[in-house]
Amino acid sequence: MTKSAATATAEHSATPTAYINAHLIDPESGRDEPGGIVVRDGRIEDIGEHLRRNAPSGLDVVDCGGNILCPGLIDAQVFTGEPGSEHRETLKTASKAAAAGGVTSIIVMPDTDPVIDQVSLVDFIQRRARDNAIVRVYTMAATTRDLGGEEMTEIGLLQRAGAIAFSNGKSSIANTRVMRNILNYAKDHDALIVHHTEDPYLSKTGTMNSGEVAARLGLSGVSRIAETIVLERDVRLVEMTGGRYHAATITCKESLDVIRQAKDNNLPVTCGVSINHLTLNENDIGSYRTFFKVRPPLRSEEDRAAMVRAIDDGDIDIIVSSHDPQDTDDKRRPFAEAADGAIGLETLLSCALRLHYTDGVALTTVLKALTINPARLFGLEAGRLAVGAPADLIVFDAGEPWVVNKALLHARSKNTPFDEAKLQGRVKRTVVAGVPVYRYPDDARS
Amino acid sequence: MPKTNKTSQNRFPHRHLLTCETLTAHEAVALLDLADKAAENNRKADKKRELLRGRTLINLFFEASTRTQASFELAAKRLGADVLNMNVSTSSVQKGETLLDTAVTLNAMRPDIIVVRHHAAGAVELLSQKVDCSVINAGDGAHQHPTQALLDALTIRRAKGRIEGLLVAICGDVMHSRVARSNIDLLNALGARVRVIAPSTLMPPTPERFGVEPFTNMWDGLEGVDVVMMLRLQRERMQGAYVPSSREYFHFFGLDNDKLSKAKPDALIMHPGPMNRGVEIASTVADHSRSVIREQVEMGVAVRMAVLEALSTHLPS
Repeated sequence: MTKSAATATAEHSATPTAYINAHLIDPESGRDEPGGIVVRDGRIEDIGEHLRRNAPSGLDVVDCGGNILCPGLIDAQVFTGEPGSEHRETLKTASKAAAAGGVTSIIVMPDTDPVIDQVSLVDFIQRRARDNAIVRVYTMAATTRDLGGEEMTEIGLLQRAGAIAFSNGKSSIANTRVMRNILNYAKDHDALIVHHTEDPYLSKTGTMNSGEVAARLGLSGVSRIAETIVLERDVRLVEMTGGRYHAATITCKESLDVIRQAKDNNLPVTCGVSINHLTLNENDIGSYRTFFKVRPPLRSEEDRAAMVRAIDDGDIDIIVSSHDPQDTDDKRRPFAEAADGAIGLETLLSCALRLHYTDGVALTTVLKALTINPARLFGLEAGRLAVGAPADLIVFDAGEPWVVNKALLHARSKNTPFDEAKLQGRVKRTVVAGVPVYRYPDDARS
Repeated sequence: MPKTNKTSQNRFPHRHLLTCETLTAHEAVALLDLADKAAENNRKADKKRELLRGRTLINLFFEASTRTQASFELAAKRLGADVLNMNVSTSSVQKGETLLDTAVTLNAMRPDIIVVRHHAAGAVELLSQKVDCSVINAGDGAHQHPTQALLDALTIRRAKGRIEGLLVAICGDVMHSRVARSNIDLLNALGARVRVIAPSTLMPPTPERFGVEPFTNMWDGLEGVDVVMMLRLQRERMQGAYVPSSREYFHFFGLDNDKLSKAKPDALIMHPGPMNRGVEIASTVADHSRSVIREQVEMGVAVRMAVLEALSTHLPS
């Protein structure tokens, strides 16, 4: 089923445009060659090597300068503050950060105030996004009322209103019976249940990964089994019910065993990982650096390396930014009291390229987890360079180095763990439905 | 299937009526034939008969009921029996007496028939083992409600002229429904083809093993059916535990004209009552010309008279 997205620009049609002199990468088809594409009426009309140097006449021409042209990224876990905490982030500011980061579709999480647990609120998000956002915005609705973990939401009606999938946001559903019923019920609607796998009783008082670093810092830990227990339980429930299940962000190498086994058994189980857990580890917390405090917590280097290998092997399906804007005031507190969360939309691509440059993962493999895989998982038309597909594209210089300056980021909150990080790979142009929504350096902040 | 006078005059082989599981087509048809006659009798001005004169029937309802209890009471009285309605809310059960002690106590009063409804599956059978009289199950938990299935079968047979070969869809909270279980058993025995339609959360595990075809989509499940049998959805089950809300339930599983249009044009609409209008059935459908919901109530009395008559052959003389 094809889902509709709300975006302020997607409805406008732009002049037909040819993107020439590009290095085309399409993770779906495996295309990795010089060439170009033609975009008309918001969709890809032509693609290939024959468009490398020459565009058909009568088109606007964009010379990509030999840079990579690939599908725009799809970020399946974005928290905003709209509605309820607009001072942190709105759909508009999140979409600007997304565009600057090469992300053309964002899936926003239901953890807002009020929680997105009703048809009218799904409608609210879609309308606000249509009027204000410059990238496509999809809504993840709550699985339980008020994210309380007890009463199932109107999964069927929410889906008809446009909810793309269902999640209990940042909290796990502790009640096994409720989770079973949700998976069972969701199956009838072929709805995807996305779940944060962290046992609330085991993780409640923890502030960082349980282990030596936490012990030395005198911080209470979140044990790894808090994640695997919930994941193992959920897989059993999937086995029983047949409901489609996606573990939102796994972090421990033991979780990979669970996922692999579920996939070997052909269960409808997939998983994601946040960019933070692919590029950072618990040692980055150093002396109580709260910008590295996230949920689930950063794990050991061994775990991080295992996550990267799992991207390489395809055991982890998708990479998300887990973009989570927080006030500076909420971060500048003693570690245990500081808010969880890190922004990540704008640095998503560049950080993901670290997997390529530092960890040796093929570029196409990295991009797969950011484009076609989430597209397939959530039933989106985008995420591919194919004739007829939506012209959601990015052009980026994979080699260009830059240093993150949080003051120049588009996100309204500045809680990035990558401030002053040296990254490689810069987005030059972001196109949504054929319309350029970000051009570097014209639209960059200075 | 055989339907002769000879079979209906055969002695009913069961002392109790506890379940439809063990009822043969033969026995069921005999009961329906008797009920047909009772229905005629019930339309006369003088409905009183002498068959159970001097006999005592006790209605022992551990769960509140209006129509079933009244239906049994009327049936027994029309056959001439004395009826005692035990009001459990003020009885010794509330003082902590166990089910078996209640049975022994009532048995000592020498009733001839006890009609029992209990919230626990298997409770009625347990009670039947401790008494000397006949016991009729008027509903035990989510297990069985045999007279409901019989009255449904009678209603269908009178409206359609037959049961064999009909396609019947039982829709709604199948998992918690004794009406569904009884009807599945009886309709299968009588040669109907049975579908059950429910969200997966209200579908019992392994429905195929019951000899039914399961559907989780009403539009698909109602395609071409001769009879649409709706089930009641209890209020506490529609608040997020099994289904998210009555609104969503009605949207996907409530019988409205749109979904009904998938059934055969002459499909019967049935409901065991009491109805939640706007939850499992739209008001317009409940009052539809093809709705036989009121006939079901009428046939309820007739079927219970037939059951009492059949069991009377086992009463001590």
